[in-house]
Amino acid sequence: MKTNVDKIALERHPDNKRPNRLIREDYPIKVIEPSTGLSGLRLGNLWMYRELLYFLVWRDIKVRYKQTVLGAAWAIIQPFFAMVVFSLFFGRLAQVPSGGLPYPIFTYTALVPWTFFANGLNQSSNSLVGNANLISKIYFPRLVIPLSSVFSGLLDFAIAMVVLLGMMVFYDIWPTVAIIWLPLFLLLGLVTALGTGLWLSALNVRYRDVRYVVPVLTQLWLFSTPIAYPSSLLSEPWRTLYGLNPMTGVVEGFRWALLGTSPPGLILGVSGVVALLLLISGAIYFQRMERTFADVV
Amino acid sequence: MSNFAIRVENLSKLYRIGQYEYHKTLRESIMEAIFTPFHLIRAKSQRANSPQTNEDNTIWALKDVSFEVKQGEVVGIIGRNGAGKTTLLKILSSITEPTSGRAQTRGRLGSLLEIGTGFHPELTGRENIYLNGVILGMKRSEIGEKFDEIVAFAEIEKFLDTPVKRYSTGMYVRLAFSVAAHLEPEILLVDEVLAVGDATFQKKCIGKMGDIAHEGRTVLFVSHNMGAIGQLCKRTVWLDGGQVKKIGPTYEIIHDYLNPSTSTIGTWHNSLTNEVDSEIKLVSASISTKGKSQTGIVRFDEGFNLEIDYEIQTPIGSPWTLVFRVSDSSGVGIFTSWDIDSIGEDKPKETGRYCAICHVPGKILRPGTYSVSLGIYFTNTNMHISNFHEHLFYFEISSVGYTMNANRGGIITPILPWSIERSHV
Repeated sequence: MKTNVDKIALERHPDNKRPNRLIREDYPIKVIEPSTGLSGLRLGNLWMYRELLYFLVWRDIKVRYKQTVLGAAWAIIQPFFAMVVFSLFFGRLAQVPSGGLPYPIFTYTALVPWTFFANGLNQSSNSLVGNANLISKIYFPRLVIPLSSVFSGLLDFAIAMVVLLGMMVFYDIWPTVAIIWLPLFLLLGLVTALGTGLWLSALNVRYRDVRYVVPVLTQLWLFSTPIAYPSSLLSEPWRTLYGLNPMTGVVEGFRWALLGTSPPGLILGVSGVVALLLLISGAIYFQRMERTFADVV
Repeated sequence: MSNFAIRVENLSKLYRIGQYEYHKTLRESIMEAIFTPFHLIRAKSQRANSPQTNEDNTIWALKDVSFEVKQGEVVGIIGRNGAGKTTLLKILSSITEPTSGRAQTRGRLGSLLEIGTGFHPELTGRENIYLNGVILGMKRSEIGEKFDEIVAFAEIEKFLDTPVKRYSTGMYVRLAFSVAAHLEPEILLVDEVLAVGDATFQKKCIGKMGDIAHEGRTVLFVSHNMGAIGQLCKRTVWLDGGQVKKIGPTYEIIHDYLNPSTSTIGTWHNSLTNEVDSEIKLVSASISTKGKSQTGIVRFDEGFNLEIDYEIQTPIGSPWTLVFRVSDSSGVGIFTSWDIDSIGEDKPKETGRYCAICHVPGKILRPGTYSVSLGIYFTNTNMHISNFHEHLFYFEISSVGYTMNANRGGIITPILPWSIERSHV
């Protein structure tokens, strides 16, 4: 029985004499060792995997509204109905001030970036656990996964923005020059979502409690952000401190850029710093946990 | 000496098993963090004194594994379930980190631990080719170039724009394998991915792997299929319990691996006490004959019963089947039998111990040594092969009652009914 296998092996393996283009001394050597401490964020590595990032975003977008009746309309329904409810209860009944603007557009302008943020936070915090099969079978920088879930919300954001522009035409409100800053405020919202998402997604791998924390967190965060009311309700030292919630900067920035409310000023600085801190600390924590993801998830 | 593609030095990996670490909730961790300053010193000294405190909860999936693979070499890795084969590939592909030791790889590395990773059921075949290709590490342009080849190999031209969830299992695995087979890294790590599809497709897969191997790529090839290992690999590493048991020429290693002297004859008892997340646990299996011959030795003309004891641990909802395969001494499968072939779906679903008996008639298997592999398949999932245990035990067909010429060709020697009639011309 030995000869049987032997023969097959020999038949299939004539001594390989021809030159082999794949044998080369100059391929880079990769060393695999137990890592110690912080070994850098390897952002260059992330750049190498940009196509994967692109395809994961594309997948999320493609799949999101498959087999739904209303399809992409869901991107509008969420902020739109929140606007209706807020307008009824806060605008009409509670007579919350809206800085001289029609209440619906006042709150919807805040709800559009908020929805982008809340969905990004929600999707990214579940992203690692949801992609457990990828993580345990393939190597790639894990950062790609929460990044892709935040990015894929951009399309929904764009759709909701179209509705917002329609409403501006309806209410005959024209944006000021400050509109050129709008991408910056969007970036601020994205950084906040990503920073929080990095923390929560990495925590979620080990502690599934996160799943229950996220809905509560977003709800509390919603009401502590000036969405249903203006931040000008607060007097000065407090108003600036309000920027510690980075979404305050985002929301007030959007209103300033599109509706011409008073500029957010210092709030923006405070929000920017907090958002950056969130992102950096989140990235560090994520990177420290990254190596155990495949074993724990 | 320095033209290695993979060099592994004293690689070890410790896994925690059981409940200890993972069920730590957030609350416990927070409490721990708060009280850490008080415990820190004590805990540290404890850890230093007794590193084995958690020994019950840990397992060395790999322990001091060392070997080297030259560029362009195709090396097989064999071993029983739990021998550390997959862990080794996971470490080499950076999915998980080693606990100690180190490994070096030279050149772009691609790994296939599973086919169809990242396939999305809602996306079409075309879309999944791109998605899966990028996930496996191909460039978009590369996939574009090979697209037609991938589709042709998978034989799914007509269904390219159908969502994958409407595919049959066969189409699904063909597509998944096809994408994977067109990956062209310098080093390729392949886990048991050939056990898919029907026999024809498997043959095609092995052929494709052979082509890949002969292009001069470095391949590390894990398989339970001794035939495939024998065809593809010159050298083989035998892992056992996380350690290298033997490295050498493939035929030698396969011979030793399959040699009955190292295994049980005629009967097998499951020594794995904790088979996690399995609904059905195989308990034992044995060969029994009517005559009072020795255990594990069967007369050629007699036939035998294979008795398989199993335990249903949790009530089963999905259709499943008990499977066994008889392979010859070089690892080539002679036949496979499923219990649903003859008894259908009418099987116990409640928890409890059961014994399944299959009668294998005599006068079929030619005298020689055979191995029995056992497994449980859940038939409604995409080739979800749960617990397939290869070559668990051996039996021998003795030449008693074998009246034919010993040199007769063929893998089996059935005695078939013949009749002769006078033809009227």
